[in-house]
Amino acid sequence: MEVDVLKKVPVSEQDPQVRATNFDEVNLGYTKEEAMAEATRCLNCKNARCITGCPVNINIPAFIAKVKDGDVSGAYDVISASSSLPAVCGRVCPQETQCEAQCIRGIKGEAVSIGRLERFVADTAKDMGIKPQLPADMVKKGKKVAIIGAGPSGLTCAGDLAKLGYDVTIFEALHKAGGVLVYGIPEFRLPKEKVVAKEVENIKALGVNIVTDAVIGRALTIDDLFEKEGFSAVFIGSGAGLPRFMNIPGEQSLGVFSANEYLTRSNLMGAFSEKSRTPIMRAKKAVIVGGGNVAMDAARTAKRLGAEVHVVYRRSEAELPARAEEVHHAKEEGIIFDLLTNPVEILADENGWVTGCKCIRMELGEPDASGRRSPVEVPGSEFTIDCDAVIMSLGTSPNPLIKTTTAGLETNKRGGIIVNESEMTTRDGVFAGGDAVTGAATVILAMGAGKSAAKGIDEYLSKQD
Amino acid sequence: MFEIVAKKQLGTNVWYMEVVAPLVAGKAMPGQFLIVRVDDEGERIPLTVCDYDREKGLVTIVFATVGAETERMSRLNVGDHFADVVGPLGRPSDLTETPIEELKKKKILFIAGGVGTAPVYNQLKWLHDNGVEVDCIQGARTKDLLILEDEMKAVTKNLYFATDDGSYGIHGNVCVALQQLWDDGIRYDHCVVIGPVIMMKFACQLTKKLGIPTVISMNTIMVDGTGMCSACRLLVGGQVKFACVDGPEFDGWEVDFDQAMQRSRLYKTEEGRLMLELQEGDTHHGGCGVCS
Repeated sequence: MEVDVLKKVPVSEQDPQVRATNFDEVNLGYTKEEAMAEATRCLNCKNARCITGCPVNINIPAFIAKVKDGDVSGAYDVISASSSLPAVCGRVCPQETQCEAQCIRGIKGEAVSIGRLERFVADTAKDMGIKPQLPADMVKKGKKVAIIGAGPSGLTCAGDLAKLGYDVTIFEALHKAGGVLVYGIPEFRLPKEKVVAKEVENIKALGVNIVTDAVIGRALTIDDLFEKEGFSAVFIGSGAGLPRFMNIPGEQSLGVFSANEYLTRSNLMGAFSEKSRTPIMRAKKAVIVGGGNVAMDAARTAKRLGAEVHVVYRRSEAELPARAEEVHHAKEEGIIFDLLTNPVEILADENGWVTGCKCIRMELGEPDASGRRSPVEVPGSEFTIDCDAVIMSLGTSPNPLIKTTTAGLETNKRGGIIVNESEMTTRDGVFAGGDAVTGAATVILAMGAGKSAAKGIDEYLSKQD
Repeated sequence: MFEIVAKKQLGTNVWYMEVVAPLVAGKAMPGQFLIVRVDDEGERIPLTVCDYDREKGLVTIVFATVGAETERMSRLNVGDHFADVVGPLGRPSDLTETPIEELKKKKILFIAGGVGTAPVYNQLKWLHDNGVEVDCIQGARTKDLLILEDEMKAVTKNLYFATDDGSYGIHGNVCVALQQLWDDGIRYDHCVVIGPVIMMKFACQLTKKLGIPTVISMNTIMVDGTGMCSACRLLVGGQVKFACVDGPEFDGWEVDFDQAMQRSRLYKTEEGRLMLELQEGDTHHGGCGVCS
């Protein structure tokens, strides 16, 4: 296979017009031939900057070298030494701002497609029946660690602790393990059975026990975990919480949803499928408010459920917080971007059903504290987008449930749990990571925190001996 | 899996079940709710806890068949299992966090309507077990719809019945009954109302007029029930609140009931119903407790 060293080997995708009507995965992944060809583009740098760009520090040149030789099993061993969820990361990590942003190839051309290669390795290893292994020299520690939440941070922390010899139990509030990987990210980006369920199985194969339908803070408190259940340390990875709204008139109307609700209905409850008994509104014309990855997920879901979709965002395209690839995919699928536009009121009929979204044009002013130019309203520029659904995708604040039921657990003014450099909270033996600490962020950052917490927990418990 | 160990029919379309759910039974308090799912395709259905047995690890639920999903629940029998039972969710009733001595000094009235009787029973039983004697008005359209009569009698000082058609107890709704008690000179200084939203609305209008501070419990549309989706949002004193984490109990004088009733129609107004019937056949959900 011929390779242009300046360009990534292209990957097959479902045709935009076809995929906009189904929930199958958009990106079809590399074949072995394509992966081995792409792997030849890696310069195998001695001072590999890509590794420093990876929140879980995968030895990227080492695994790519194995791919080049066609040794998928070897490549998988390298990746799984650092990452518990490679099939997930290969799909949803923002590689362009992490590992690939550091790639030397990127100076003169396109970076090596590390994400696609990671996904290829994880998927192929799964097809070959390869599972992550406990280290041969592992010694059982005889200590129990409780993990709250089976999302990216919790699964990562659990996997790492199991490899270190701890007896790990994950308590998950929902009926399915995976956290945002099952309730938030849609099927067409991250298949649930084929990918997420398999990654969860891999964590279980390391000996991790997962208890679903268990709400910590209610069914059991953190004090119960220590005092009654015999756990020696606890990791809180309870994730994001209450969705934010704009506090504009009409927001309580019928047809206004948080992206969390809309996506949870479609993803976790499977409402996009006829088989599911959970209802979801199939809008004719939907306005999605916000410009992040979650907004793109909501927009592309609404599109697939039959709506004409408008993304309304108050800044310009350059400031869209979503990954460029997501924006690109959304546009290909026919989603309309109304940029420099902000809703001011949601209009409804006499029965309370949404009939439109009144917006105002914005222009960019001076840079604000975040360094982004802050949008200001253009007086007199109001106009109305007719629609029957408005989906608010403005981020979330951390889930308050555990904080309010755990004495001595301090949070910052935004509700995030305060942790030190070992990810330990203000409660001895209680660690935390992911969105519960940072507020809404990415899967890989949560995994990085879970990994760092596993190290912190190991050090903490080792000192106790 | 969560086994059903007892089942009985309380009325034409009202069912009682005891289910093995040790994590819920271990911590449940009056005022809290749980979520059940029939099977892997099932919707998450929130239900208030009617009773619990910590030692046996059992919870009692009472529900009316108001849609396809509750209909499917009613077809489960002793020995069958729910795929999921999760809880307790929501905040316990404020009464359970008030010193008992203080409660004993109060004249407390409960008003229960329809399947709202189940969560009221849980609170009455807790108060009774703690030596607090209270009164209750139990209302229904007609005698056949009054549930848990013997159980309610056992845990109240005075239990009054009110039926719209006069087939049992006071002829009239719960407001007529409360006004009658008031006119007879009976006074209360705290009221808890649980039932259909329309009943809670009018009961709160009356208690406000009479000056009796009132707490109500909302059974809204929900998905996760843990503070993640905001489907359960409502306006309380002009502020957006989430029934699942801020409630389900709220100050009855402050709740915007009209808006809550409107929101409860999200998946069942004519348009919504038709749309859902088209898309989902007979699977339009119930479980909110207010669908008719």
